[in-house]
Parts: sequence; structure tokens; C-alpha cells
Amino acid sequence: MSISTLRIVWLYPDLLSTYGDRGNLLVLAHRARARGIEVEPMQIRSDQHIPYGADIYLIGGGEDGPQAVAAERLLDDGALGKAAEAGKTIMAVCAGYQLLGESFYANGRCYAGLGILDLRSDRGENRAVGEFTGEGSPVLGIGQITGFENHSGRTRLGEAVQPLARVGAGVGNDGATEGAWAGHVVGTYMHGPALARNPRLADLLLAWAMGVSPDTLAPIDDTWPERLRAERFAALAPE
Amino acid sequence: MSANLPARAKFATALLRTAAALSRATGRGDGSVIGGRVGLVVEPRLLELLADGRHVVLISGTNGKTTTTRFTTAAMEAIGKVATNSFGANMPTGHTTALAKAPRAAYAALECDEHYLGQLLDAANPKVVALLNLSRDQLDRAMEVTSLAAKWRQILQASAGQTTIVANADDPLIVWAASVCERVVWVAAGQSWTADSAICPNCGSHLDRFGEFWRCTNCGLNRPSPQWSVAQTGEAVVGPDGRRYELNLQLPGRVNRANAATALAIASLFGVEPAQAAPRLSEVASVAGRYAKVERDGRRLRLLLAKNPAGWLESFDMIEKDPPVVLSLNAREVDGFDTSWIYDVDFTSLVGRKVVVTGDRRTDLAVRLEVDRVDFLVVDDIRAAIAAVAPGPVEVVANYTAFQDIRAEFNRVN
Repeated sequence: MSISTLRIVWLYPDLLSTYGDRGNLLVLAHRARARGIEVEPMQIRSDQHIPYGADIYLIGGGEDGPQAVAAERLLDDGALGKAAEAGKTIMAVCAGYQLLGESFYANGRCYAGLGILDLRSDRGENRAVGEFTGEGSPVLGIGQITGFENHSGRTRLGEAVQPLARVGAGVGNDGATEGAWAGHVVGTYMHGPALARNPRLADLLLAWAMGVSPDTLAPIDDTWPERLRAERFAALAPE
Repeated sequence: MSANLPARAKFATALLRTAAALSRATGRGDGSVIGGRVGLVVEPRLLELLADGRHVVLISGTNGKTTTTRFTTAAMEAIGKVATNSFGANMPTGHTTALAKAPRAAYAALECDEHYLGQLLDAANPKVVALLNLSRDQLDRAMEVTSLAAKWRQILQASAGQTTIVANADDPLIVWAASVCERVVWVAAGQSWTADSAICPNCGSHLDRFGEFWRCTNCGLNRPSPQWSVAQTGEAVVGPDGRRYELNLQLPGRVNRANAATALAIASLFGVEPAQAAPRLSEVASVAGRYAKVERDGRRLRLLLAKNPAGWLESFDMIEKDPPVVLSLNAREVDGFDTSWIYDVDFTSLVGRKVVVTGDRRTDLAVRLEVDRVDFLVVDDIRAAIAAVAPGPVEVVANYTAFQDIRAEFNRVN
């Protein structure tokens, strides 16, 4: 246990907050508080400096224009790259996921990403919209994952990252894999409140941030999230 | 108007009315959509022909368009008959039906889906177009909101011509879209949802906000001075002459006072004095079931429709402080299949209240409310929700198809 108050930073809600992205911040804070852990949620706008000392950094999704501006400002600021090097926990969604990679495509051209994750994103022919399920990375122990995706990105993973999940239904990175992780950094196309539907992933992030094993987190009542998961899996199950 | 319609258009109009009547008689709906579809197949230019020679206003935006259209119709009826799509059928089929059903109306107040504004602008040659607000709505199927504003801007630039735009000075996306037009009447209609306009739609820099004012520090886009506004105190609209026009609305909330301000601004462009128009707005008690009050087993329900984050926040602003609240959420096609937007809604104002949750996606709401530490009870349907609360007033907030389900339970109350 290496923290006192858990500081969770939601980066650039002014630029990247499209699909209930606030949800991941709310869910992490809720699950920490339910275990008696003090939480300080912070929102950092793109015209503010990013604090170095936070425990978890979240970044959400958005349109091409804001994505390109966000990448530029994050590169200028430099703090997110240093946070990744320092082993801080980072979770990025959609546009935010893409810009953690080496490069991404927006406004009809290729932009340099932050290079935190070894991946490159391009534009697919069709927009991927709909419910998503997949088998979470066994290394992470997060079980099956469920979410909603709405993006036209296609992402190629490099050697230094692993997929977050194998696609069950939906598209994810390329129809085969979804998301990526390396160290304590996770990226996903499951947008907005992905953590509301994936409590084990939420707890993994908390455990990383606290420097403990997820097994040591006190169990909390997940009746409703589990019921929601069951409903969403059933909605996609073959007739 | 229809006296001068060519033979094919007359025939198309007759078929339209028959199809609509059949649809109503067989209980399939109000017939607006099917009637219009039939008419437009027979005469593709039917909408244009039916609109020809009338004084038309189009009303569009993410939220408030049905109510504002209703207010505008009430105000304009002071000077003549008004054709209007009062069933909320806001695509060209519905517009065609509205006009066909009111052949002698010299005026038309048409609510217009955001994505059909361009088509209607070309077909109906409106004298006035009112643009209320733009915020996130049905993200899985609609385009993202800044793109929609850009499309509007392009459409208005290409075909607004002599049309006067009545536009919300408080919404940066609306201001940016409307500012390409020569004639704009600005209304300070407020903005309950600012998260989609933190960034200048014109240049991508930050918008600075101070009180009701906002401006872009880079390109200079800023809040225009409004000619119409909602009074700071009491319930009134302040007109361009600085005079107060008292409102005595039956519909609740600040947002409906803003809708009233927009309706008075529109009506005055058609020659209806605000002093004449304002009292007429008091006659509107409900709008296609919205704000309707229904009673069952001693529970007096008020029905509020809220389709997106801005709408839910506006509803929470409207509801009385003490009564129990029923929330109903669906995610069928017209609602959008994606429920992630409920995390954009702050539910903490419901902490400490009796909250009952229902709808197809009640489990999503349950998870959401738990995160905001709101106590709740989950039930199967509106009947069970009614049984779960004590007799007395009850506030019901539902998104589109959830609302229609509840309306159906109450005989499609209007």
C-alpha cells in the first residue's frame, strides 16, 4: 500500500468527453470509497498543467479535431509520458487510446501520438458501432469484458503491448483483438463508462495504483453490475 | 395553398389523408408518417407544393422543439390558422401530413428534426427558422454534435437567403452556425448543458465564460447581444423594446420560459405583438403527453420526457422537491442503443428521495444510481412503479420510447 489519498485525474474533459467518459472516474471513485479509501477526483482541462503526482490518469474519447489538439497539448505538457515511465496507472478510451500510441489518423492525416503504447491506429472502412464482448487477457484476470463501441479506428498492436481482450462480438482493434495494455497502462475502444460494466478491470486499476494485488481488495456488493453484465452478454448471445 | 394544387398533388393529398385515417382507425398510430409517405410517393414534390404560398417557420434543435412549436402555434393562432406537426412527427413525411391536413392555414409552424433542416429549408421556403440548441443526443446513430453544427452552418450559408433566423445567443454551436446569416434575431434562451461547447466550434480554442457571457479568446466568436431574453426575476420575457411580458405558463421550469421567449420572438416576426401572444402560451397545459398530469389509485403523476443528458438535467431542475421520482430508461432504435450518456447526467440531486427505476434498461440505471449513492427500487413496469410509491404527487422522467410506453398505459394522454 503506497498511497494515502487516491488521486484520480480525468484529463481534458473539455476536449475528450463524448460518451459518458466521466463514468470511469465516477466508478473508480465509487469502488475505492466503498472500501474506505479516500479519493480525490480531479479534472484537468487542456489549458491547465497536468499534475505529476496523481495515482490514476484517465483520458476519454472525442472527435478528430479535439483528438489532434489533445495529442499536441499532451506532448507539450510531457507529464503523461513521465507518469507512464513512473509506473502510474493510465486508462485511455477511444480517441484517448489512439493518441497513446505511436501514431493515429485524424482530420484526413496522420498525427504523432505520445508513444506510451506500442501501437498505430488508422481509419477503417466502416464505423464499428454496437455492443462488444470479449475474453479479457488471462494475464490480467479480468474475465469476460463487455462494452459499447462506436469508432472508425483500426489499431495495429506492436510487440511491446498485449491485447486487452480477444473479440467475441464486435470489432475492437481489428475484429480479432480489442484494446491493449503494457505495464500499468490500458487502452480500449469500449467507450465511456466501460468500468461500470467491468468491475474486475476497475479493481485491477485500483490495485495497480495502490501497489497491491487485486485479491487483497475487500469484496464489495456487485449485485447490480453483475446483473447488468449478465443482461448485456445475454443480449448478444445467439438465439 | 391547396386550392391551387395541380391534379396529381390533389390526388396525392387525398391518398395521404386516407392512409392517415386508416392508420388511426386501425390503432397503428396517429397516421402522420404513413400518410406523408403515401403522399410523397405519388407526388415527390408534395411538401413543396403544399408549403407554397404559406408563411412558414421551422423550429429545430436538440431539445425543446416540440414545446416551442406548440407555443409558437398558440401565439400565431392570434392572427390566423396555423398548420403544425403537433404529433412530433418531425421529418418530411410528418410535415407533408401537417400541411395536407390544414389546407386553409395561411401559416405553418413545423418542428424539424435536426438532420432534415436542409431538406426543409429547400422545400418549405420558410420565412423564419428558429434554432434552439445543440447537445449530445443518440450518439450511436446521429453525427457528433460539432459536425452537426458545421452542417447547419453550411446549409444556412447556401440556402437561408431571405430567411430570418431566430437563434439562441447562449449556445456557442448555434451562434457559430447562425452567424453566417444576414438576418438573425438573438434570444438569450440559456444553455443547461455546456460540456459540448467548452471549445470554440470555429477555431478549436477555449471559450472563456463569465456569467452569461462567453467568447473565444483566439478568433473572437462571442455571445451576440440578445434582443429577447428571459427576465432575471419572476416569470416574464423581456422583448427588444426592454418591456417585460409576463408569462403565466402551466409548463414548468426555466427551460420552458426560454422556449416561450423564442416563441414570442418568432411570432413577432409574423406580426403578432408579444403582449397579444404571451397570454396565449398559458393555454398550453401539455405537449404530446409531456408535462401531462395523470392520476391512478391516488397517485398524481406528472410525465416528463427527457431524451438526452441536457433533457434529464432540465427535468431534475423542474421537478418538485419532495415527491417520489420514477425514472424509466429504454434503448430501442429511436432512443439510441447506447446508454453510456447516463454517466453524463448527475443524479446526486436525487440523493435522499424515493426513487423507483424501470424501463428496458433499468439495470443500467440501477448501476448508475449506485455510483451516485442514490437509493433506488427496481420494478418491472410503470404499474409496479405506481404501486411502489405512496399516494400523492409523483414525478416521472422517461426517455423517448419509455415515455411512449407510459403514455400508452394512460390512453396515449396528450
